[in-house]
Amino acid sequence: MIALWGVLGAPLLGAAVLAMIPAYRLSARLNVVVSGVAFAAALELFVRRPAPGLFLMVDDLNVVFIVLSSFVGFTTSLFSASYINHELETGRLTPAYLRFYHAMYQVMMFGMNLALVSNNIGLMWVAVELATLATVMMVGVYRTHEALEAAWKYFILASVGIALALFGTILVYLAAHPVIGTGLQSMAWTVLHVHARGFDPALLDIAFVFLLLGYGTKIGLAPMHAWLPDAHAEGPTPISAVLSGLLLNVALYALLRFKMLLAACPGGIAPGPLLVTLGLISLLFASVMLYRRRDIKRMFAYSSIEHMGIIVFAFGMAGPLGNFAGLLQMAMHSLTKSAIFFTVGHVAQVKGTQRLAEMGGLTESHPLLGWSLLAGVAAIVGLPPFGIFTSEFLLLSSTFARAPALAVLLGGGLLLALGALLWRASGLAFGMVRGPIGPVHASFVPIFAHLALVLVAGVYLPGPMVAWFQHVAGLLG
Amino acid sequence: MNPLSYDVAKLLAGMLVLASFLMLYQVRLSALLNMLGVHAFILALAVAWQATIQHAPELYITALITLVFKALLIPAALQRIVTRLGLHREIEAITGIGLSMLAGIALVALSLEVMLPVTAHIDPVTREDIALALSVVLIGLLMMVTRRNAVSQVAAFLSLENGIDLAAAGAEGMPLVVEISVAFSALMAFLVIGIFLFRIRERFDTVDIRALDEFRGDRR
Repeated sequence: MIALWGVLGAPLLGAAVLAMIPAYRLSARLNVVVSGVAFAAALELFVRRPAPGLFLMVDDLNVVFIVLSSFVGFTTSLFSASYINHELETGRLTPAYLRFYHAMYQVMMFGMNLALVSNNIGLMWVAVELATLATVMMVGVYRTHEALEAAWKYFILASVGIALALFGTILVYLAAHPVIGTGLQSMAWTVLHVHARGFDPALLDIAFVFLLLGYGTKIGLAPMHAWLPDAHAEGPTPISAVLSGLLLNVALYALLRFKMLLAACPGGIAPGPLLVTLGLISLLFASVMLYRRRDIKRMFAYSSIEHMGIIVFAFGMAGPLGNFAGLLQMAMHSLTKSAIFFTVGHVAQVKGTQRLAEMGGLTESHPLLGWSLLAGVAAIVGLPPFGIFTSEFLLLSSTFARAPALAVLLGGGLLLALGALLWRASGLAFGMVRGPIGPVHASFVPIFAHLALVLVAGVYLPGPMVAWFQHVAGLLG
Repeated sequence: MNPLSYDVAKLLAGMLVLASFLMLYQVRLSALLNMLGVHAFILALAVAWQATIQHAPELYITALITLVFKALLIPAALQRIVTRLGLHREIEAITGIGLSMLAGIALVALSLEVMLPVTAHIDPVTREDIALALSVVLIGLLMMVTRRNAVSQVAAFLSLENGIDLAAAGAEGMPLVVEISVAFSALMAFLVIGIFLFRIRERFDTVDIRALDEFRGDRR
């Protein structure tokens, strides 16, 4: 129970304390400590977990998400500490804004952790909304023309998305009400799953459509993705890393839970085809759009849309293999994409711009950064020996066995994205040195830690971990 | 079920849809904000009526929050923003009034067509409330996409949230968590929006979304 309170309490308490500390160096360190405590508590949950209550629960599915999200939250806080020093020097952020930034970082972590551990569909919705509001504030923190527009667009689209998700949530309650009765019980995941058999399938179908549109907006599925590239490009880079690495996963987790509910209800529509279609549209759309990007963070934001498309496709295909590939892809994408954003953040700081045309020859001017970026891109496009290769290969081969036509589309999308990203990355890493070549004050620990994990997962997945993922994949149906 | 309680619930939900239509054809910003207040006021009545017929006293709190925040404070504050910032008093819509009214009617038909068949086994009061709430939500969405001015988009979003509030109140016995959260979220939403409006004003001297559209990331 203490571990559960640690996961929630550490960020909440941290936010309150950080909001009061004006010294930014201290608060950057404290931010790391608080995130570290939350990560330790999450690891503890992996070993010992409390019995589910009416509001909170930890089970085999969400513990994967909690550990992943608090780990990335922790490494991002490390990256953030080295990132903000430069932002202060260049005057893009002031100490007063940093105080706000650190407090909001923990509010966001609290919102995401609460969404993951909540056992109540209403509470989960509130938590997602809280995390969204915190990230909106952070996207706009630079207060430039572009940042404000990005934050406004994100805010409006995300609000509409979560409003639709709430409508869907109410409909789920209405479907559960005749079976379970009044009270908190009828909104608890643990109870809903047991009784899903008796729910009115027609009502649950409509509810799922609203939830798919609502949480799908937060996942960044095309055509509801419009907020995602702007929010990633204009906010501080640590926020781009957590948006891609964590917040998208949280919305995905919510959708998966509702999908399990629908799957458990005989007579309901099959959620698979809907997810497969949206996933494929996102994948193909984002792959094509990758070719026309001129801004480095925007490009990797489109790559996140592409990957969320792949993941949703995998969960739509379902079955033990599809779900396994989806889970693995999700974990690998979180780790890789945040590592890429860590690198990109430092690159953009050195070059003083995010325009792709104004940077080049990184391996010559900044070898460590250049090669890290190249390794990250190789991992994200699914080249062996990195972990994403494993999950994409698994997905592609299992799809070929079941629906060859879909596999062709999937493979086409993957190749398109691979071409675009490798083309851009080679321009960045090799060739003539372009842009300023000042020294870089980067902390490489988070970058290397993430890339090493992705590499290890690609070369050798330990037996217990495979068994665990298989078990969770089985739960997803 | 007492026929009177059913009739009154249906009347209030229907009035909320009507208020959405009234918002849809306003051409002046201050009139739109007044209508937003009326919209929220009707919602407060509808929620209070639900509290009475469901014997759910906690819903009175929701009704009170709706009345104070959504019907009085938020429209007043938005009016203040409009006068303080000296915004354009007229609403620029993308489509004409006639077209958006027709689209609104189509959306009401759509939501009744979708919701009534699937809720056949549910308590009739809840059933009508949910169907009409969906109409309010959809008209809110329509308003958001057809308006260019940031303040009128915010007003549209708040009317959309009122629709969701109606659905939450109509869902019999739904735990209080959600009602509080909705009220809370409206408040939060307003705070965020308020801050953004001021910041936007600082930067571009206008709250017309088109001024924001000139920036399209890659094209700079």
